Amino acid sequence: MAALTKKPAGTPAGKPTRAPGRTSRWLRRNLVVLAGLATLGYLILPNAVVTVFSFNKPNGRFNYEWQRFSTDAWTDPCGVADLCGSLSLSLEIAFWSTVGATVLGTMIAFALARYRFRARSSVSTLLFLPMAMPEVVMAASLATLFLNMGVTFGFWTVLIAHIMFCLSFVVTAVKARVMSMDPRLEQAAQDLYATPLQTFLRVTLPIAAPGIAAGALLAFALSFDDFIITNFNAGSTVTFPMFVWGAAQRGTPVQINVIGTAMFGIAVLCVLVGQLVGGRRKRS
Amino acid sequence: MTTTAPTGTPSSDSSGTDVRLTGISKRYGAFTAVHPLDLAVPGGSFFALLGASGCGKTTTLRMIAGLEDPSTGTVRLGGKDVTGLPPYKRPVNTVFQSYALFPHLDIYENVAFGLRRRGVKSVKKQVGDMLDLVQLGDFARRKPQQLSGGQQQRVAVARALINHPQVLLLDEPLGALDLKLRRQMQLELKRIQTEVGITFVHVTHDQEEAMTMADTVAVMNGGRVEQMGAPADLYDTPRTTFVANFLGTSNLITADVLDTSGDDIVLRAADSKLALPAHRCTATARTGEKLIVGIRPEKITLTHADDAGTIPDGRNRVRGRITEAGFTGVSTQYLVDGPVGTGLSVYEQNIERDGRLVPGADVVLHWNPGHSFGLDAAQSIEAGTDAGEGT
Amino acid sequence: MALIGTQEEPPAVTPAPAAAGRRGKLTPYWLLLPGILWLLVFFAAPLVYQASTSVQTGSLEEGFRVTWHLATYWDALTEYYPQFLRSVAYAATATALCLALGYPLAYLIAFRAGRWRHVLMVLVIAPFFTSFLIRTLAWKTILSDGGPVVSALGALHVLDLTDALGVTEGQRVLATPLAVVCGLTYNFLPFMILPLYGSLERIDPRLHEAAGDLYARPLTTFRKVTFPLSMPGVVAGTLLTFIPATGDYINAELLGSTDQKMIGNVIQSQFLRVLDYPTAAALSFILMAAILAMVTLYIRKSGTEDLV
Repeated sequence: MAALTKKPAGTPAGKPTRAPGRTSRWLRRNLVVLAGLATLGYLILPNAVVTVFSFNKPNGRFNYEWQRFSTDAWTDPCGVADLCGSLSLSLEIAFWSTVGATVLGTMIAFALARYRFRARSSVSTLLFLPMAMPEVVMAASLATLFLNMGVTFGFWTVLIAHIMFCLSFVVTAVKARVMSMDPRLEQAAQDLYATPLQTFLRVTLPIAAPGIAAGALLAFALSFDDFIITNFNAGSTVTFPMFVWGAAQRGTPVQINVIGTAMFGIAVLCVLVGQLVGGRRKRS
Repeated sequence: MTTTAPTGTPSSDSSGTDVRLTGISKRYGAFTAVHPLDLAVPGGSFFALLGASGCGKTTTLRMIAGLEDPSTGTVRLGGKDVTGLPPYKRPVNTVFQSYALFPHLDIYENVAFGLRRRGVKSVKKQVGDMLDLVQLGDFARRKPQQLSGGQQQRVAVARALINHPQVLLLDEPLGALDLKLRRQMQLELKRIQTEVGITFVHVTHDQEEAMTMADTVAVMNGGRVEQMGAPADLYDTPRTTFVANFLGTSNLITADVLDTSGDDIVLRAADSKLALPAHRCTATARTGEKLIVGIRPEKITLTHADDAGTIPDGRNRVRGRITEAGFTGVSTQYLVDGPVGTGLSVYEQNIERDGRLVPGADVVLHWNPGHSFGLDAAQSIEAGTDAGEGT
Repeated sequence: MALIGTQEEPPAVTPAPAAAGRRGKLTPYWLLLPGILWLLVFFAAPLVYQASTSVQTGSLEEGFRVTWHLATYWDALTEYYPQFLRSVAYAATATALCLALGYPLAYLIAFRAGRWRHVLMVLVIAPFFTSFLIRTLAWKTILSDGGPVVSALGALHVLDLTDALGVTEGQRVLATPLAVVCGLTYNFLPFMILPLYGSLERIDPRLHEAAGDLYARPLTTFRKVTFPLSMPGVVAGTLLTFIPATGDYINAELLGSTDQKMIGNVIQSQFLRVLDYPTAAALSFILMAAILAMVTLYIRKSGTEDLV
């Protein structure tokens, strides 16, 4: 912070700097703050709109224009056919994709971070590609495969697809953590009579845990919110994003905004509680 | 659980366990980190492996700990072959470089870690006693990152010592501490070692630290042990130019052998005739061949050329001119160029300072021949100095 | 002498010993096997399969056969090159906007936020938890004709300018390129901010002080110190923004009209509505190849190879 306010320590040329007005100086110093906050506003604005419009009572099927205040949707969030069903299906798929991607991804991350082996660079490329590939390409190609294999689209095809595209993100998150871990910690554990299994359970895993948790959280968010890949591979199964997509064509019920607002609220609450607990633990 | 416990009950006798390495070596592909070496560490001694980075000292230590599999050779602890045992089955413990304290466990659990792994049920008293010993009783519930470097270092020692290992391995344990704390911890570690009587094997690159603490020092270079012995012996009679230069500072002068018949070898370097007691020469001296004569800077006396006549007989003399003089408080350090070599180093105690000894002054360097040592001239004269790094 | 000595020994252990790898050279392979197999079967194999589909001919009723009908590619390119070009143009614009908007925010969080750092971080990530489709629909409300945003832009004559530039049309924003780019920028902004923040956060603030001490003005400090050090974040952020934006079809569908269709829209409709699988396959293959080529070139040029 000091860097931004510090004047150059004595200009060699000795050119006197003109004293600008206080306002313009303040503005120049805090320009980055203002620009950053503007961006933040841009990021938050749609959420604000979603929240406000969850209290709307629209005329007609679309909830795009403000009519009048109402809490109807909040008192009856499942009042639209299929909405809550699609929501619970999405949660279920997200849960299992998270489990699958986290387990497989953590294993790969450990292999990459801890061992030297020959296929290393090809494995890295294979992991990088899904992240460097537009979703629509992955979606279409996987669907083509399923189609030709005569696989019935539904829960399982969606789950398979989600684990596939979440995997690389989990690997990246976990690997970063494991790589930054001092190998001497595990050696110290072995030196202190811990068998390889005990070393893993009591030292490696607890230290890698934040990375694994971050990977799992990312996988959950990616899976829950995925539309493109799901759209190609779900058949007639309807996840929550697919429900919203369908609603956008036919009519957007206010309940969608209720769900969106509630998820936003829960997420912020979780993070705040986590921060409070973490902060207290640090202090004690 | 019993299978993972170290062999036998931790030794409580004060004699300590000896460590014997036989023909041990380590290769990584084409690179040889440690050439086959034999090393015997007497039980209960404080043993230091000294060398520059990459000399193989840490690898040697890790092979004793079991963290590295030797390519050849065996490791014996108290007569028992442990070469094939994994680290968690060896009765040795390590104080790691930068300590490797478990960041997710508090101090108490860090210290209790080894006991718990060996299935010890009631660790409370032992951990408490150990924390008191290292004066960290009040910090039991802190996390490692909340402690200072010196405190972390003491936790690392406590965590290893609580297991009563037969041998304690220390890998640059003081490397991360500032100078004052290092001095303090050197004495502290030495005290603990004397108290518990456990064999300590200490790896360091700091020659002063090795000499201060260890009973026996092994100087390693390029994966080999150059010389091993008591610190004073190593300092007074180095056997290679590397040891002469790495352990303190030496003036090394290449000289022609004139006569080997008497008790003293007689040599000539430029216009000076030098004497060297035959028993202080580790190389075989043959008339007509070359030899390196070494002398420590503090053993040399500096006399102004005008007073050359006052120098007693029987001392080795070398002419020169002072190029630099640096006052350090205890002594004044001079650099002298002369016909026998440039950059000769002389430390003079600041007792009776001669005001004429300033840069540019012509001087005579003289010393008791009994303080010089002879080395094989086939070696690089710069081995172990900054200029000779990598040899 | 001891003082110099203390700094010499590097903390590194001798030539990187593969820790934990005492026994069992096969362990890494066992760890890799399930996940890699998953990727091979459900990611790599489909791509190969798709390549073969793209050179098939036939119909849904009679089935498709590999006939090496490369003309599909030519037809796809000639018919849909406007959508291809549009996708790249929109994605590139959105990426540039993301960088311009995201950098100040990442910088603010990394260096100027103090104890507000965590709160700001939460505010950046939290919108993720509301389905992005819902949030994209909200832009329909924000940019609606006669809404406050459009009215304000109209009153300030901004819309006259953008109309003249061709990014908006008829004094409205919805169903114009501006709306689609705005949506793309919004959707992928966090993917820019997070890697940027990641690399900015690692910069020691004392470097700023050092630069200031060495006569660098704040702007020079930024150009010569901060920005070069944040390059890994810039590269990762632009990739994470540009790649998905190129293939996106949600924003074009929800915020644009038929004149703003991107290549993703074409692939989606060819695959899910027209059921012309060879064309869909050929299009996605071209898209994939184009993106991989661009990404490789970009990574080469920016000199950060190790992204994974």
